[in-house]
Amino acid sequence: MQKNSNYLVEVRNLKQHFINGVGSHKIKVKAVDGISFGIKKGETFGLVGETGCGKTTTGRSIIKLYKPTDGEILFNGEVISRGAETYIKNIRQYKIDMSEEIATLKTKEASTEAIKEVKEKYRDLIVNEKIKIKDVKRLYREETETMRKIQMIFQDPISSLNPRMTVKEIIAEGLRIAGEKDNDLIDKKVADILKIVGLLPEHAFRYPHEFSGGQRQRIGIARALIVEPELLIADEPISALDVSIQAQVINLLNNLQKEFGLTVLFIAHDLSVVKYFSDRIGVMYYGNMVELTTSKELFRNPLHPYTRSLLSAVPLPDPHYEKTRKRFAYVPHEYHNYTEDNQPSFVEVKPGHYILASKEELVEYKKQLK
Amino acid sequence: MDREKILEVKELSVSFKTLHGTVKAVRKVTFDLYKGETLAIVGESGSGKSVTSRAIIGILAGNSIHEGGSIIFEGNDLMLIPEDEFHKLRGSRIAMIFQDPMSSLNPIMKVGKQIVEALVLKLGLSKQAAKDRALELMNEVGIDRAEQRYFAYPFQFSGGMRQRIVIAIALANDADILICDEPTTALDVTIQAQILELINKIKKERNLSVIFITHDLGVVANMSDRVAVMYAGKIVEYGTADEIFYEPRHPYTWALLSSMPDLESKEMLFSIPGTPPDMHHPPVGDAFAARNKYALAIDFEEQPPMFKISDTHYASSWLLHEYAPKVKMPDILSRRIARMQKKVKDAKK
Repeated sequence: MQKNSNYLVEVRNLKQHFINGVGSHKIKVKAVDGISFGIKKGETFGLVGETGCGKTTTGRSIIKLYKPTDGEILFNGEVISRGAETYIKNIRQYKIDMSEEIATLKTKEASTEAIKEVKEKYRDLIVNEKIKIKDVKRLYREETETMRKIQMIFQDPISSLNPRMTVKEIIAEGLRIAGEKDNDLIDKKVADILKIVGLLPEHAFRYPHEFSGGQRQRIGIARALIVEPELLIADEPISALDVSIQAQVINLLNNLQKEFGLTVLFIAHDLSVVKYFSDRIGVMYYGNMVELTTSKELFRNPLHPYTRSLLSAVPLPDPHYEKTRKRFAYVPHEYHNYTEDNQPSFVEVKPGHYILASKEELVEYKKQLK
Repeated sequence: MDREKILEVKELSVSFKTLHGTVKAVRKVTFDLYKGETLAIVGESGSGKSVTSRAIIGILAGNSIHEGGSIIFEGNDLMLIPEDEFHKLRGSRIAMIFQDPMSSLNPIMKVGKQIVEALVLKLGLSKQAAKDRALELMNEVGIDRAEQRYFAYPFQFSGGMRQRIVIAIALANDADILICDEPTTALDVTIQAQILELINKIKKERNLSVIFITHDLGVVANMSDRVAVMYAGKIVEYGTADEIFYEPRHPYTWALLSSMPDLESKEMLFSIPGTPPDMHHPPVGDAFAARNKYALAIDFEEQPPMFKISDTHYASSWLLHEYAPKVKMPDILSRRIARMQKKVKDAKK
């Protein structure tokens, strides 16, 4: 699946670890631990999971708000950011190998020349890796061109808009950063984009606090769209809104996506909302992707126990159904029996349907397919 | 009704004084709460549902004006009794759970102490007795290893755990009425399901009367015995959960129900056009008329009274008047009801 070049964005074995605390309190949080997926041009990809599963982190890594720990992210076939952990690990391994080799040589009482030779061999290898690390850092710093083609909408429409800037300033900021200096053009573009997201051009001179939650989210969308991005990352754009407003924003995003042919990465915790958008859905659990398939297939054939547990937790507006609904919790060790030589991997159960499973489980899942 | 009324809200009106004039937040709201039932109040933000509940527990903001009406609890009008008497009721008879568990807990106080605080102040328990009781409560709300967690700070807890602590505090004094003000809005679906199950369990065990405020109709369907739908400070429809979900009569209830996403349909989601009215100057007629495609001419001129549909079901819409044209609920809704009923039947088999 990783070889397909139809993907606009490709995430390969992305790892994002955070280090907290110092000394003996040092904790490594593995927010994202090796996920791979691709988003095709023009499609909407939904990323679902509970709080803390790493879905937001994934989104933020793609837009380069974080330096990835490992793995790489490709945009339009080009690497836009890459992690250096493999190289750091290689260096560590070389150092260990070197000291071992020297130790064995010393027991054999080899000449100093031979030891020197070994040292030099490893030094070259290490220098090589160090150059690669430098490249990674330079890439992260200098590659800014594609950043204009990725934009993000945030969860909280109140804290994501600067209260001291007028709507026009907020929306035009992206244009100005991109180097646009023609004020008339900026005015025109802002007025156009406001109309597109369902606001009035007069709104441009007001401040964010004068708007309701739904309208503020529209401003956030306008700000993202004005630079004409190719990829839009929507990070729970509606979970802070009221039901009736939620529907408005969902429909607006849907229309915009069709109109501009945008590619959207939609992040949410509620499967019922994601369904309205997504062509394909990826389900995440504690830093791993557990299931990935088309939206239709996921609702017809949820295979992974975590996906089924998520589906069973969605409340629906029907009292008779609700009062008989059985929710079941997902407790990993009850469902899986992973041992050293029975590790799960992300495999294809049927074309286009991927799941995190061990070999035994895969057989089991294949039986369950409808 | 043979059941015992525990709380009666009669024609309650509350306004707020602001720089731009008075905001009429609650306008003549009337409802009863029976012993052991869950009444859900549904509505958008700004519909006055939170203000109603805050009036019941007596924590309205300083700029509020009591425009009229009463809240009768055990023969007393809660809107009139002095603060020091209210002090005896609040917490011990009527308790409340708030939306955001992070801001309703004290961040620099250990959770155990926060639970004990309520016990010592209200019941006058000794320190040791209070601690034992607090541990019992923590077990009851499903916190394992309570002995150790007793000494933890709120920031060491996850959102769901914090909400459990808030529930434990609310339960500390065996209140009769529990008001839940959007207790699960800040949580995600799996944790939400756990908290709702907990509230339901506690309600049954303690025979609590619950007022449950939310804007999520899925949650309402799960929790409620009766539902009141609020819009622009008024109750527009009022009935048992079955009546509201299967035979809704008010256009606003229709709109709310149709805008709920569900797992099956893939069609365009219905959205209510426009925004709620500005409550500085509430509309003369039906507040929902401007956003309502079924609105009649009279909707813009005169407020509809409450029409009685059955003994338990009331709705305030001119469409229910005998001279009004007969309008059926939207197709999208009747289709979903049929689909869901089939699903429930299949599940029973």
